[in-house]
Amino acid sequence: MSCETYLKGDSPIRRIDPRCRVVAALGFTLLVAIASSFAVLGAALLLAALISLAADLPPAPTIRRLVSLNLFMLLLFLLLPLSSPGEVLFKLGPLAWSSEGVRIAAVITLKANTIVLTYTALLSTIDPIRLGQALHRLKLPEKLVHLLLFTIRYIDVVHHEYDRLVQAMRIRCFRPRLNLHTLRTYGYLFGMLLVNSFDRSDRVVAAMKCRGFRGRFYTLSEFSAGGREAAFAVVAIFALFILGWIEWA
Amino acid sequence: MGLNEKLLRLSDLEFCYTPGIFVLKGLNLELASGERVGMVGPNGSGKTTLLHLVVGLLKPGAGEIEAFGKPRRSEGDFWEVRARMGLLFQDAEDQLFSPTVVEDVAFGPLNLGKAPSEAMRIASEKLAEVGLPGFEDRITYRLSSGEKRLVSLASVLAMEPDVLLLDEPTSGLDEEAVERVKNILNKLPHAIIAVSHDREFLKQVTDRWLKLERGSLNSVDLN
Repeated sequence: MSCETYLKGDSPIRRIDPRCRVVAALGFTLLVAIASSFAVLGAALLLAALISLAADLPPAPTIRRLVSLNLFMLLLFLLLPLSSPGEVLFKLGPLAWSSEGVRIAAVITLKANTIVLTYTALLSTIDPIRLGQALHRLKLPEKLVHLLLFTIRYIDVVHHEYDRLVQAMRIRCFRPRLNLHTLRTYGYLFGMLLVNSFDRSDRVVAAMKCRGFRGRFYTLSEFSAGGREAAFAVVAIFALFILGWIEWA
Repeated sequence: MGLNEKLLRLSDLEFCYTPGIFVLKGLNLELASGERVGMVGPNGSGKTTLLHLVVGLLKPGAGEIEAFGKPRRSEGDFWEVRARMGLLFQDAEDQLFSPTVVEDVAFGPLNLGKAPSEAMRIASEKLAEVGLPGFEDRITYRLSSGEKRLVSLASVLAMEPDVLLLDEPTSGLDEEAVERVKNILNKLPHAIIAVSHDREFLKQVTDRWLKLERGSLNSVDLN
């Protein structure tokens, strides 16, 4: 599963209580999302890079993630200046690129890189199950947490089911083409997948009831917050305050 | 609980999925403590349906279910029944929904109000009992089918039930895994109702045999 790419490794950041990391990541990215000055956004990106280094992320997948993000950003640099009014920077036939558009694209690029780096460093390094439990402790609605936990557990089962159905199609020489037969077959495939998943969810609920389930989850693991979390919280609040002060004061 | 106390009594049970087409009709069954019943029957004869009726996952159209000396009708009645009758599902994939093995085995005890440390202890104990010591932190979906079946069994045993209801406990398992399941079951003191197409297995694990046919149960000799 791709969500396990960032789980290996050990570093001070990874040992911080997941609840703390979720709240810090949320606060920081919110500020980044509404800030607009280059000074703040540059500082935030620097901070995100420092956090990533401290989190000891595996370099190759992290770089791949950033490259695919920035390829998309390249598209913004190409297209946004065309549609934003302002001083013309560059002209090619009837097309005119404005400096204002380039500025907007740069702001978005800075924000996107900062947010992706922060979430990778602080959240992708949490085991998804722990993340679900942490969100539960943070009073996220129980239904959403259950949805997350069951998705983690059953995404693989649904994928296997999908593979089996596709195999059954290929074994009878199905090749996708641009015709009604292909569309109908894919319709059946996804319909079947839905029906199978729905049936399975019925059986899973039945199995849970058999073991005394009454709509409430109890968890084995406990969370603990101590000195490390306090230190992290102080640093996070201080950083947020400084960034907010530069932006708005 | 005295020996020979009736754990379960089904009288004149009736059930249909489609109105007018009876899956079960006039079905009677009694189970005493320590008794081991094997059940055979063609595909679609209603064996799984019967087990699901016993634990209240389905509601009978007519007839009465009496478990542990009390008639059982409402969802609340059946919650108590499920705590004392462990149902092992046909497909372990349905039963194991927690990400890790220990969480799955401890799920039942936690629901029954045990403290996490106590639930953890029970889980480790039951895993050892089914021959999977040290499997606590394994990821459930990465287990082999044999291991999944054994973890499901451990998760049922963790409820510390009086009765085990086993729905095709050996289907899809290789000989070695079947042998393991057999050995584990034969060491357990529980009363058992086992549904299976594997007659050899039933002969070795149970001692009274019934055939489900045309909606009701009849004695049958597997020898």
